[in-house]
Amino acid sequence: MVTLDRFRETYLNECAELLADMEGRLVAINVQSADVGELNAIFRCAHSIKGGAGAFGFHKTIAFTHRLETLLDKLRDGRLPVTDEAVTALIKSVDVTTAILKAESQGEAIPEDFGADLAQELDKLCGTEGQVIANPGLVEKSEGERKRETYKINFAPHDNIFMTGNDPLLILRELGKLGDMHVALHDERLPQLPNLNYGQCYLSWTIELTTDKGEAAIGEAFEFVADECDLKIEKIEKAVQDDVPRQTMNRRASDAIDANLAVTSIRVDLEKVDRLVNMVGELVITQAMLQVQTRHLSVEQFPELLRGVDELSQHMRELQEAVMSVRMQPVKSVFSRMPRIVRDIAHQLGKDIALVMTGEATEVDKTIIELLADPLTHMIRNAADHGIERPEVRLAAGKSAQGTVHLKASHQSGQIVIEVSDDGAGLSHEKILQKARQKGLIAADAALSVDQIEQLIFLPGFSTSDQVSNISGRGVGMDVVKKNIESIGGTIQVRSEFGKSTSMTIILPLTLAILDGMIVRVGAENYIIPITSIIETLRPKPGAVHAVPDGQDVLNVRGEFIPIVYLHAVFGVANAVHDPAQALVVLVEAGSHKLGVVVDELLGQQQVVIKSLEANADPVAGISGATILGDGKVSLILDIGGVNGILDREDANHLLREAS
Amino acid sequence: MNMAVAQDHSIADMAAAADLAGAVQFLTFRVDDAEYGVDIMSVREIKGWTAETRLPNTPDYMRGVINLRGSIIPIFDLRCRFDHGLTQAHAKNVVVILAVGHRNIGILVDAVSDIVTVESGAIKHTPQEASHGIKERFVDGLISFEERMIILLNIVQLFTADAEALSQHIAPETQQ
Repeated sequence: MVTLDRFRETYLNECAELLADMEGRLVAINVQSADVGELNAIFRCAHSIKGGAGAFGFHKTIAFTHRLETLLDKLRDGRLPVTDEAVTALIKSVDVTTAILKAESQGEAIPEDFGADLAQELDKLCGTEGQVIANPGLVEKSEGERKRETYKINFAPHDNIFMTGNDPLLILRELGKLGDMHVALHDERLPQLPNLNYGQCYLSWTIELTTDKGEAAIGEAFEFVADECDLKIEKIEKAVQDDVPRQTMNRRASDAIDANLAVTSIRVDLEKVDRLVNMVGELVITQAMLQVQTRHLSVEQFPELLRGVDELSQHMRELQEAVMSVRMQPVKSVFSRMPRIVRDIAHQLGKDIALVMTGEATEVDKTIIELLADPLTHMIRNAADHGIERPEVRLAAGKSAQGTVHLKASHQSGQIVIEVSDDGAGLSHEKILQKARQKGLIAADAALSVDQIEQLIFLPGFSTSDQVSNISGRGVGMDVVKKNIESIGGTIQVRSEFGKSTSMTIILPLTLAILDGMIVRVGAENYIIPITSIIETLRPKPGAVHAVPDGQDVLNVRGEFIPIVYLHAVFGVANAVHDPAQALVVLVEAGSHKLGVVVDELLGQQQVVIKSLEANADPVAGISGATILGDGKVSLILDIGGVNGILDREDANHLLREAS
Repeated sequence: MNMAVAQDHSIADMAAAADLAGAVQFLTFRVDDAEYGVDIMSVREIKGWTAETRLPNTPDYMRGVINLRGSIIPIFDLRCRFDHGLTQAHAKNVVVILAVGHRNIGILVDAVSDIVTVESGAIKHTPQEASHGIKERFVDGLISFEERMIILLNIVQLFTADAEALSQHIAPETQQ
């Protein structure tokens, strides 16, 4: 059971990949000139899914993928034309297969008629509407990769065939290699033994051969005896009930194994990789510790030791990079879902949109890739729905009818940059301002810079779309995208030129296991603030800090009032600098607002390995994790949002006190 | 959940198990003039004191966290837990690392004294008010061993069962 479960897991993983592959290929198909190779590849995907489903008894999956396969088979043989309609149905069926497979693998009940519409559509396209597949499980086995035909062969050698050195037996053996053969012997002409002439052939045969090699191959077997026999080869038009599927199945399975062997990659449990990454993290810390401890030693006294420590640090860096790269995956796995989304929207809204993707091979940490899917989908939807205009509008604006959405990934100085841009309508600043005022998100007389206006689209509840479509425009969107991106340590920016283009840029860390941190000191304590959330650091002039009546101090930064939080007060640290004018204020981005964090001084910037605090201790508000610095001491990483939360609670306490 | 398991795994159960095995072993350590014991099976290691990193807004007896070969381990001050003030920790102090449920924690004590092996029947139930003013729920039992009295600690009750109390603790502290 355990083994089967494991295979099941592998199968389901593979199915996910196959379905994604299928979808990608389907979306890429050019209806005018469909590539047979592509169709074959798509067919193989469907076929593999069906084959595996049989092994695990997923009957609904089998039944559905069988339909899929039948249609694909006809398409690739050219028996049916590749139409837009067929491709759309096939794309939809990827979703249905995914749903059925998920339900069946989790033992959930599926409504009897689930996907029935689509199944009917597929049947109709196939021209087999109404034809009931009595036992899909059985048919499944017979469906081969090539057409299998049965031929009836009458083979009557002339009497003197032996004289030319030909042996019918050899020919029959040759035929046997082509497929499954039934041979009937006609020995009526065979005389009594005394009358037998051993040099003469009295026998003839009727052969039924089922083969996928075609008639030409059969003719080839008789090539040498063509003049010395009566030969008749005819195709039998009967339903091919292949009763030797086991062998063919097995053969195909072993083919698949061979194909896998050729691939030089293996599947590894993510947990194992994580353990490896953790271990290397430990090594990095130990190595840093050694380096600190040996720093004061003189080279003359300990040349070997110091050289060793030096080499160690180099090897460590390489090892760390190598291990981190194991977790890396090309962004292709997320990008490949996007063409489908753009296609669907274009169809639905009658737009003509081309999606251009570059840098699909850019590698990102696997965890980040998974978390990237939702925000990216949303951004692509926005670009296709709000960004790109209808063809007539585009033409009127002097643009080409076809709009372009560009999805681009690249590495830039140790970070991942993902850009979604479109050559559509752009953001209308007036419209944004108007909406924001309407919804009370900003004051009616607020004067905002261009940057600030564009930032408004990330506010919760914001949408400039005039009508709500079922694709996007409900205003649950960019704020969630921003939150998601920030939760994985990234930032998002938007730039737009009205009437011309919009471009959104996501900047992400390469990995979640390591963080660039600013070490700050408060009293005798050190904390780490993630660099990505820091906007700037400043020492306020005396008088720049104002107390607002609700007890909150705010700092005037170039006309903008930013709430400030005293870390020493929030964390109860003694002997810290209380006056912001003598301390430092680190301006950070906390969710959608800015916050000033008052600290004593900055100690420096360092890359740190993130450790979980919660593994052994209870969570602490305002602390997201810990790390170990070069001296072996633990340092805490600030959770800016959490610090803000403590502040809010403080406000609540103030209010309570005032109320009582 | 694991904690509940650890809690169920009381001294009484251990005593019952020990009936079959014959004897139970405890690691004992000192804080001031009192001697305490914990089940030796829960002890992971004993190490000298190293400087801790304080966690903000936690009770005083929660000394902070240390780095134990790459793991972040919380350290509790036993003296402080019993309201005898913070330990002025230095290198001679000892941290006993214990496995409690699925967590590893450290407790700061003055010194480790002994490993005692006793018949399970020798574990006495706690009198209503245990000595040294320790609350009853923190104590699993008492052992008389070579004229000494050893207090068996219930680590779960002492350090991990009061996450609630801890979170209540945060609110008043941040009011200042």
